[in-house]
Amino acid sequence: MIPEPFEYSAPTSLSEALTLLRELGDEAKILAGGHSLIPMMKLRFATPTHLVDLNRVPGLSYVTEENGVLRIGAMTREHELDESPIVAEKFPIFRDAARLIADPQVRNFGTVGGNLAHGDAANDQPAVMIALNAEVVIASLDGERTVPIDDFFYGFYMTAVQEGEILTEIRVPIQPGRTGNAYHKSERKVGDYATAGVAVQVSLDDDGVCTYAGIGLTNVNPTPMRARRSEEALLGRRIDEDAIAAAARYAAEDCNPSDDLRGSTAYKRRLVRVLTQRMIHKALERAHGRSTH
Amino acid sequence: MTRDITVTINGEQHTVAVEPRLLLVHLIREKLNLTGTHIGCDTSSCGACTVLINGKSAKSCTILAVQADGASITTIEGVGTPEALHPLQEGFRECHGLHCGFCTPGMIMRAMELLEKNPNPTEEEIRWGIAGNLCRCTGYNNIVKAIQYAAAKLRGEETPSTEPEFV
Repeated sequence: MIPEPFEYSAPTSLSEALTLLRELGDEAKILAGGHSLIPMMKLRFATPTHLVDLNRVPGLSYVTEENGVLRIGAMTREHELDESPIVAEKFPIFRDAARLIADPQVRNFGTVGGNLAHGDAANDQPAVMIALNAEVVIASLDGERTVPIDDFFYGFYMTAVQEGEILTEIRVPIQPGRTGNAYHKSERKVGDYATAGVAVQVSLDDDGVCTYAGIGLTNVNPTPMRARRSEEALLGRRIDEDAIAAAARYAAEDCNPSDDLRGSTAYKRRLVRVLTQRMIHKALERAHGRSTH
Repeated sequence: MTRDITVTINGEQHTVAVEPRLLLVHLIREKLNLTGTHIGCDTSSCGACTVLINGKSAKSCTILAVQADGASITTIEGVGTPEALHPLQEGFRECHGLHCGFCTPGMIMRAMELLEKNPNPTEEEIRWGIAGNLCRCTGYNNIVKAIQYAAAKLRGEETPSTEPEFV
């Protein structure tokens, strides 16, 4: 399968890339890792007339910690997250997710920014970023703006990134207190999209009271989804089995899966319930330092 | 419209005029006549087209040739020689790691990076490590053994038994 013809530019600075994108308008599509876009172009579901390749733009690939914020450059490859020491220590959730995204070769190229900017509710990073309450930095020739993750996903393949803009960074606040996070998705086979996936982060104060709860769901809603009622079921209390069961039930009730080749609506709700329960447990274990993997 | 790109493949530099839409696997197979790299699914699922780009295993059916401009690429033709097989090639032969052989070049290129990063992988790490490569013949057990054989040999240790496993 061969894509339709297109023009190709490989800018070598962010300003050059932004200038190109402004000139080209809606004809242009950004190429990051390419492992979502190129398959779509081969099937001719996507037929951009001009690709702007960010792979030669320096300074977009990094994982650093600064003033209580984890900063991830948009062009950071999924495997780099998996191998990052900061991630290993504070955000094992990214390792959980990175190891479930596609396969090793795809993770060598697929980027964290691309995984978000593709705007696909079946991708894994969106639910993780929702659970972590991330912010997305978007640059254009007019400057930079920051968008909370809850305002980022507009619809199927649609995000807050507009014409002439580039997603440059993801910022993840490091929560105070004992914090744990975890992600898992159920997949039919390695490399498949999630039948359902659940990302959880919880923080506890010295009395064991939950001061932060974030829960994001993969592929059970038209857009990546926050399980708000589930979060509220955990917040402000010591998390016991009743609270976990309620949170899991709310997530299963509030999501909007559809019947497809991966399973029925009822099956997916059941999966969301079980996975929510398990991921809260796992996040709590990590918060208590009882488990590092 | 074409543009000139320069790639180093198996140590040899080539400058080729390519259309932006040309996929790397087509550059390798059709322009440079290196047909050891196979096209299986053509949808980045099967891994038969795996090559190394600057040492990283990649599915060459999902990368544009223009993206590889300036890169150093290794294909199966750049691994070992008929007289002196690479330990992975030897392992696949000794452990019956192939039947039809279609997936083998991709398996070996993937295993190259795997062993580079992790010279002493567990069986589980090998199985996760080749999760992006499909084999429809072997059932994988002998592929895992072949990689273990190569890992031992590359570490300078005695190679494990090469009796095929029938399960």
